[in-house]
Amino acid sequence: MAYVIPRPKLNWKERMFLPVFVAGLAITWKHFKNRVLGRTKVTMQYPEEKWDSHLPEHYRGAPTLVKDEWGRERCVACQLCEFICPPRAITIHPEQIPGENKWEKVEKRPKEFEIDMIRCIYCGLCEEVCPEQAIFLRKDYSITGLSRAEMKHDKAKLYELGGVMTGLVNKWNDKK
Amino acid sequence: MEAILFSPEIFLVWTSLAKTIILLGLILGLVSYTVYAERKVSALIQDRVGPNRVGIPLTKIALLGLGQPIADAMKLLLKENFMPNSVNKFYYYIAPKLTMIPPILVLCVLPFGSSLFGVPMVIANINIGILFVFAVTSLGVYGIVLAGWASNSKYSFLGGMRSSSQMISYELSMGLSVVPIFLVIGTLNLPEIVQYQAQHGWLISPYWPQGFSVHSLLQGDWSAVGHSLIAGFSLKRFLLWIPMLISFVVFVIAIFAETNRLPFDLPEAEQELVGGYHTEYSSMGFALFFLGEYAAMISGSGVIVTLFLGGWSFPCIPDGNATTIFGYSLPFLSPISSEHLVSLFWGLVNIGTFFAKICGILLFMIWVRWTLPRFRYDQLMKLGWYVFFELALANIFIAALILMYVK
Repeated sequence: MAYVIPRPKLNWKERMFLPVFVAGLAITWKHFKNRVLGRTKVTMQYPEEKWDSHLPEHYRGAPTLVKDEWGRERCVACQLCEFICPPRAITIHPEQIPGENKWEKVEKRPKEFEIDMIRCIYCGLCEEVCPEQAIFLRKDYSITGLSRAEMKHDKAKLYELGGVMTGLVNKWNDKK
Repeated sequence: MEAILFSPEIFLVWTSLAKTIILLGLILGLVSYTVYAERKVSALIQDRVGPNRVGIPLTKIALLGLGQPIADAMKLLLKENFMPNSVNKFYYYIAPKLTMIPPILVLCVLPFGSSLFGVPMVIANINIGILFVFAVTSLGVYGIVLAGWASNSKYSFLGGMRSSSQMISYELSMGLSVVPIFLVIGTLNLPEIVQYQAQHGWLISPYWPQGFSVHSLLQGDWSAVGHSLIAGFSLKRFLLWIPMLISFVVFVIAIFAETNRLPFDLPEAEQELVGGYHTEYSSMGFALFFLGEYAAMISGSGVIVTLFLGGWSFPCIPDGNATTIFGYSLPFLSPISSEHLVSLFWGLVNIGTFFAKICGILLFMIWVRWTLPRFRYDQLMKLGWYVFFELALANIFIAALILMYVK
């Protein structure tokens, strides 16, 4: 069925502009008044106020590496995260754990572990794919740096951000 | 030395110079803070925060962002003044100046106060007052048209064309709308118009207690007070109020169009014409257009205040010739110095009143800008030629008939 859009006929009040003009002024005045009296919710003033305390549990911030409760680095340098990373932000150089080390049975650990935070898209695939639960997305979101080199998180930085994660995987503990 | 300084001609020269410099400083300050007010009020109307960062430099004190205009001015001064290759250099260069100068020139005939130290607070007390205002404000359109044409850009050109057609549709009703005022008052001289309103009441008010004074109120002279309050009702004033109101509305709308404020900001029209006539300008060239618009707003509201809202006068506040505060002189001072101080005080109060009224009108202009959408091109012309022109013309006859037959 053909639908006809009616064209409204303006009555004399609307054609005079002035009544609608006053109505418009009343609307903007209402907004002005509510804003001045502080009844309007406005944008958060970012650097002074932050979302940090309201961040949801599942928030995906910067990816980090974690150690377990015995201070062992959980990463076994399997490189799965490196391969799944869609923007290829992760670079891992694995090495053999030397014989005198307490965790020799684990065999492998990352010599270098770099995440390029310019490339990282915070997708969380590395966290999902990790069989050792060694890489986690924490809640840090304000990652800044003055150079490209600074934006590359190396192993030390990743452990510093990650800290300790306890009570999840104990796969290697009974074999030590 | 003193004899030379106070000989009439020299005295006129240096007092005029002093007044010019002070007024110019005041107005330029007011211009930049009108920009701030525009941004802040628009933010509040649109449920935003607005500028709130810039305060005292090198500290964390933000003061509601009151430093913003200064920072803006610095930014505009330090930017590169880029001139496109294919512009008409002379006109391109001269156009911003032509928009900034007329509104400032208008200020020189506006009485911005009664008197200070016996010197009348108007820079040029000329008898053609309002005609001068119309003549000069009309020149403002040249800046815009020349900018639009010289920029050699189609958007700028469209802006300039719109500006000129807008002006011819509004200038006429603007000129006609103020004729009833001169029918009532009988002079074009702006200081005299304000003086008349100070004595006989603002033209826009339908009620005016003639001769009401705070002195008699303080003295408890109730019969005099009651008499003046009752005498405020007069048939002639009430009837004249109708044409005055029409004049006021038409004139205010014409001033909106004249200063290219929002319901009629067709030459600028950010959404349609990029930036309109000043698309190709940068740095101080752009700043002059921008500040010229605000200076035009200030001088336009100055004219509205002077013609309809009693200029520097306010009910119960005497002018700068008064030597007592409602019949009392200052304690602890010799009579002469008390008189001087009191008249200085009243003179400053009058200047403050004038600028307060201007600020009120400016806030109204800002409020309207963030309320109304832009008129379409043909709607504007229709409004100007079909409605306001006839209204203003008929209004003259209404006022004349009332003046003739109602005593």
